[in-house]
Amino acid sequence: MFEQLSYNALQGYWWLIISVLGAALVFMMFVQGGQSLIYSLGKKEPQLSLILNAIGTRWDLSFTTLVVFGGAMFAAFPLFYSTSFGGAYWLWMLILFTFILQAVSYEFRNKARNFLGAKTYEWFLFLNGLIGTISLGVAVGTFFTGGNFVHNDMNFVSWTTNWHGLEAFANIKNLLLGFSIFFLARILAILFLMNRVDDELLYVKSKKQLLINAAVFLVFFLSFVFAILLGNGFAVDPTTQLVYLEKYKYFNNFIELPWMGTLFLIGVVLVLLGIATPYLKNKKLETKGIWFAGFGTFFTVLALFLCLGYNNTVFYPSLVDLQSSLTIHNASSSRYTLIVMSYVSLLVPFVVAYIIYTWRKLLKKKFTADEISESDTAY
Amino acid sequence: MDELVSLVNWSRGQFALTAMYHWIFVPITLGLTIMIAIMLTRYYKTGNEEWKTMTKFWMKLFIINFVVGVATGIILEFEFGTNWSNYSWFVGDIFGAPLAIEGILAFFMEATFIAVMIFGWDRVSKKFHLVSTWLVAIGSNLSALWILIANAWMQYPAGTVFNPATARNEMINFWDVALSPVAVNKFLHATTSSYIVAALFVISVSSWYLLKKRNLFMAKKSMLIAAIFGLISSIMVIFTGDGSAYQVAQKQPMKLAAMEGLYQGKSQAGLVAIGILNPKKDITNDEKPYYFKIEIPYLLSFLSNRDINSFVPGIEDLIYGNEEHNILSAEEKMARGQVAIKTLQEYQKAKKSNDTANLTEISKKFDPNTKEGEHFLNNYFKYFGYGYLNDPIELVPNVALTFYSFHIMVSLGFLFILLFIIILLYVWRDTIEKKKFLLYLGLWSILFGFIASQMGWIVAEVGRQPWIIQDLMPTVAAVTHLSVSTVQTTFVLFAIIFTTLLIAELRIMFNQIRKGPDNFKK
Repeated sequence: MFEQLSYNALQGYWWLIISVLGAALVFMMFVQGGQSLIYSLGKKEPQLSLILNAIGTRWDLSFTTLVVFGGAMFAAFPLFYSTSFGGAYWLWMLILFTFILQAVSYEFRNKARNFLGAKTYEWFLFLNGLIGTISLGVAVGTFFTGGNFVHNDMNFVSWTTNWHGLEAFANIKNLLLGFSIFFLARILAILFLMNRVDDELLYVKSKKQLLINAAVFLVFFLSFVFAILLGNGFAVDPTTQLVYLEKYKYFNNFIELPWMGTLFLIGVVLVLLGIATPYLKNKKLETKGIWFAGFGTFFTVLALFLCLGYNNTVFYPSLVDLQSSLTIHNASSSRYTLIVMSYVSLLVPFVVAYIIYTWRKLLKKKFTADEISESDTAY
Repeated sequence: MDELVSLVNWSRGQFALTAMYHWIFVPITLGLTIMIAIMLTRYYKTGNEEWKTMTKFWMKLFIINFVVGVATGIILEFEFGTNWSNYSWFVGDIFGAPLAIEGILAFFMEATFIAVMIFGWDRVSKKFHLVSTWLVAIGSNLSALWILIANAWMQYPAGTVFNPATARNEMINFWDVALSPVAVNKFLHATTSSYIVAALFVISVSSWYLLKKRNLFMAKKSMLIAAIFGLISSIMVIFTGDGSAYQVAQKQPMKLAAMEGLYQGKSQAGLVAIGILNPKKDITNDEKPYYFKIEIPYLLSFLSNRDINSFVPGIEDLIYGNEEHNILSAEEKMARGQVAIKTLQEYQKAKKSNDTANLTEISKKFDPNTKEGEHFLNNYFKYFGYGYLNDPIELVPNVALTFYSFHIMVSLGFLFILLFIIILLYVWRDTIEKKKFLLYLGLWSILFGFIASQMGWIVAEVGRQPWIIQDLMPTVAAVTHLSVSTVQTTFVLFAIIFTTLLIAELRIMFNQIRKGPDNFKK
């Protein structure tokens, strides 16, 4: 059935999958957001254990999504993989280092004779929550703002600055997105904890934290959105494949593809609604904010990613040689590989289904302090 | 140039460091999950609490080991992009697919059902818990399958064609990639040999309990399962090892020559059982290759070509050529590789200058369906990677490292079989507790399991140098152009982090073992 699709359509389909993975990744970063809150919400026990156990049971969600995002990029858009990972070396290494630390910290933290002490592992988790989210945001920011690369005839990449990715932190738009993701992850974590954990004190503290984080998030996020929408964007001429700068390109994309603009707006509204739920006087909705904000995040990020790939847009601009810039057409795998991978992609809904199924089975009960102290599998 | 060599070496070093650390944890994961699933099945069927305690205990050790495997694994995936970016483009069209499939198919499965396996004891039904535990075993072995398919493709690039317009290799047949004989053998050999390592791990821990005269039920039952599992795996490894050697002989003759320290090829070649290489010997001199060796007659010819009279080429044949056996010299291959590179450059020039007549003409050479294409691809493009080399000597891998790794791996493999049989015998007779010497042997056997397992990868990866993709791309053309100091810095950082994690892992593991299955809390 995928054989009938044109090459362009297949590239579009795969950009959709990448976007879905990217959007899911940001949603799942509530894990990192929670880790960044351990020194504010989890200053004392049992709150610290409650946070780490509620989140730690499924800490793998964001980690695995990140790995699959990388793998899917490699399979579908290998030129991005070779260009960005090899070029922005330090940026990606920074992200990876914090994720190595995360992978062991939940399991090792409360074990006896763990060499570094529980405090260190908590600090590792915090580090992953702080640096991991900001750096990933900065990395995604470069999809809009570009990198310093050229390709030769073999399509081999050279990076023209010796900063190898660290220069991305000097770009204000990247930073705005980085901090937006950081605070968004914290918001999602707070809403998640309100939903999953049965602890009066934690709830009260969470409610306070939510307001602060939401306010800061909105400042960063709205600044980012305005900076992107009102600035120049990188466009590509569909017939000549020449890349050029276009005024309001990203804004135009949302207007020219109204469904995408709508998706973005629905997403933003849902996030706001999610933030507001704990303050509504509605017992039923009080703890359901995570669902609104989570899906809101998913739609918003999805729309932002799609905006980069569709409507003749560049998804990874080169700042030193415009014509080296990546579009979903020049960076993609061959038609054959995309068809093969499209068949594989049919498994994704199945994977999502079993994740949700097991999640529901496993987390039927809320986390309480008593349960954790009795359990022999607690973190 | 020296700068480039140094960059390649550090980049290789970083990849090797990550892979070798990763491979400490992976073999245990692959095999232990299966043994845990077997134990849990016993509990499910009998309802005997001892089986439950035992399963829980091994799960604990499993998860401590597993998380470090995950931490090192994420780096490997991204290192293809960060340190081998040219490679990532040149073959990303083929190589990316198995990695992505691994993620979609296997990682989520492992992660999701591990959560059920660990936290599900009282939260889900017994049946669902058991199914989940088996799915963890299946998931982890599935993930091994896809990454090994990817590795096999580097050793034997099947199912692809070069596209000059994009300057990369493109997949034309997925099944040729996934089911190539090298891939099938590699998967079977890597997994079955990993099961041996996992079996030795269980035997080692159980031996300790028996020596301490503690937790006897668990120790004996575990030992029984591990010894049977190990023995079955060992028998499979004999076949998969033989299959792997045959594939190496057919597809990577230089690797085979290095494994055997064979400088001059011969017919009716014997396999070196034990040998000490002469360190002064290399391709440029006439020193004797061995100080001493014991050979099994005819075996190398038989292993290589399934024919005791067949000719097995040596390093010299492969470098200087051998007309009688139709082997091209390295210089000839390099010349042909340069022709291939030049043809590609001409193609790109024609494309840039919009010289359509020329472009169509050259395009034919890259099209396997034309006569010109058939000729060019089989006689020139086949040696594309040789065009990047400066000196034929670059084609010779590190012979001593490959040779000793291979022989140590094989010898240990046979000793493990013996160990499994003897252990099984005494477990059967129920006198194993009294065999102190055997228990000490069992205790330390895991170390040798790790050694054999790592040696296997050294043979596979060092033995195929200088290629990152056999005959198509040498490491020197594949590496990301970073400064040497950049890669040195990350190398050191990785070394520190991984070593720290290993120490932490071992301390936690030893402590958990000392406490035993009766005391889980912290």
